[in-house]
Amino acid sequence: MLEIRDLKASVGDKPILKGLNLTVNAGEVHAVMGPNGSGKSTLAQVLAGNPAYEVTGGSVTYDGKDLLAMAPEERAQQGIFLAFQYPVEIPGVSNAYFLRAAYNETRKARGEDEVDPLEFADLMEEKLAYVDMDTSMLTRSVNTGFSGGEKKRNEILQMAVLEPKLGILDETDSGLDIDALRVVADGVNKLKKPTNATIVVTHYQRLLNYIVPDFVHVLAHGRILKSGGKELALELEERGYDWVTGASPVGAGAAA
Amino acid sequence: MDGSAVDSYVEAFDELATVAPVTAVAQSLRRAAFERFSALGFPTTKNEDWHYTSPSAIADHEFTLIPAPSGDVKPSELAPFTFGAADWNTLVFVNGRFAAELSSIRAQSGVTVLDLATAWTREPALLGTIGTIAGYENSAFTALNTAFMYDGAIVTVAPNTEVERPIHLLFVADATAAKGMLHPRNLITVGRNAKATVIESYVSTGDAMYFCNPVTEVSIAETATLQHYKMQREGSRALHVGTIETHQARDSHYISFSFATGAALSRTNIYTTLAGEGCGATLNGLYMLDSDQHCDHQTMIVHAQPNCYSREVYKGILDGRSHGVFNGKVYVHPIAQKTDGKQTNNTLLLSDTAQIDTKPQLEIFADDVKCTHGATVGQIDQLALFYLKSRGIDAALARRLLTYAFAADVLEKIEIPEIRDGLEQMTLERFV
Repeated sequence: MLEIRDLKASVGDKPILKGLNLTVNAGEVHAVMGPNGSGKSTLAQVLAGNPAYEVTGGSVTYDGKDLLAMAPEERAQQGIFLAFQYPVEIPGVSNAYFLRAAYNETRKARGEDEVDPLEFADLMEEKLAYVDMDTSMLTRSVNTGFSGGEKKRNEILQMAVLEPKLGILDETDSGLDIDALRVVADGVNKLKKPTNATIVVTHYQRLLNYIVPDFVHVLAHGRILKSGGKELALELEERGYDWVTGASPVGAGAAA
Repeated sequence: MDGSAVDSYVEAFDELATVAPVTAVAQSLRRAAFERFSALGFPTTKNEDWHYTSPSAIADHEFTLIPAPSGDVKPSELAPFTFGAADWNTLVFVNGRFAAELSSIRAQSGVTVLDLATAWTREPALLGTIGTIAGYENSAFTALNTAFMYDGAIVTVAPNTEVERPIHLLFVADATAAKGMLHPRNLITVGRNAKATVIESYVSTGDAMYFCNPVTEVSIAETATLQHYKMQREGSRALHVGTIETHQARDSHYISFSFATGAALSRTNIYTTLAGEGCGATLNGLYMLDSDQHCDHQTMIVHAQPNCYSREVYKGILDGRSHGVFNGKVYVHPIAQKTDGKQTNNTLLLSDTAQIDTKPQLEIFADDVKCTHGATVGQIDQLALFYLKSRGIDAALARRLLTYAFAADVLEKIEIPEIRDGLEQMTLERFV
């Protein structure tokens, strides 16, 4: 589904990703772990097409297409979804309007009919249950005045509505207490299908107790330094990132 | 001043008494105002009140008076300007003159609505306050309007009367207004404990270059409330200078909203004096400009008595090479203790070549007041834009949504659903 080859990206003049390789197949859950500043969020933003990040080398192939040539909205319409670490507040635009616009734009791009507000309300009733939210959430402005937990749940709600093929969760656990974490993780698990895949970007292992990965990758210095199964996450939790990253990135060329 | 600019008005003024007769009292007011206009001349940018807006496009042209009814406007041409509201009382003026056949007024006890040209002879008693609220001593444009006043709308609401339907004063100019000047004069009098909604619209059905210079005087008696909307949607070559002056008695409320999106050059003055205790004034506005449009708002809230509040939010959305100006003054007299005033001006620049001059001004001479003001200028938030796009929302729609969102809080405050929905739609569609 996704092939990342030798990906290099910068913010301003600063190189962040320095030759990253990763392959994700349908049905898989990949965890990308790493210390602060390792490039985890950059990877997530680059895949979603944030123009603030400049791709300086490498390739990303998604379903056989050149992902990097696609505009952010096109990527979303083709099934890529990024759950933001810091969801953006948009005062003045209701959550309901926003969600319906996103849903309809995606349907339109796929050649499907748009739904009217009534049909959409029925759909929302079902989707809200995924993240244990009530309809009052829909009349509020997008993320405006939402608590940290509400913002993250709102991200997963959008994911439930858009049903992406590839979901990328960027530090979705940050700022969440254990109950909120469970609700959010539960929502993600309910959306899992053999035809879709998830990349979980996280600093801590605790989220992986709830969203169990098939593969764990350690990202540091802009590259993936080590890959393994879910037990790698536990080992990282115990031994810390220094164990992998070390003072000098020995074996930095190791690819996933 | 430059005498030639004023000279061109002398001939028009001389024939006025014959072609547009008014009462003897009003004629002497006209004459005094014309003399004042001749002495003041048109302002230049050296005048502090006109520092960012040059009226030379008006001063440098000669405009002809259009005293007789003119134009040919079909009811269907007014549809874009009536907000889809079928049950409003609507007075239509074409090229400055009342058009009875396009108007619809349903009688309501205690509510008098008529055209000024008729009122001079039929209801002169209603016109006693004309010229007493809008001062022309320091304003050439108000002096000019007063000198040429003839037609316009008179709205008088008796005490304890709630006007059932909004009253829409729709001033339309058509192609035959080209090179003409219009000086509509309106008088709105809201009696004690009464309540009314008045909408003034200034619109064009063609693309004629003309000069529209309306003045509206408003008097709100004790415990009365007026909601007052001004919609400036004139054609792209129109020149517009409009003034609204309001006098508020004790415990009265004035809620004003100014929407401006038309004209090549427009200046809107909205002044209110809180002349009794316990008054409230809310002055909101939204201007949306593009290409080479110039739009200036000057507001003045005079706190003349204690325990009053004022709230003001003006928002501008500027694209192309447009130029917006906002000058909001709040003046607090020494005795106006416990004044509570808040003023904000926010601008969204959609292009690198659009420009805003914003000047919030507080002048406070009382020592126990709570007054704040602020201004922001920004562009579309790139992160918010990316967020919307990352949800599959097309770039153009995302931009429109964020533009709308910028204006949403002032639009949400509009209490007349037809106007709120109409302006929301215009905001969503204007910029792509």
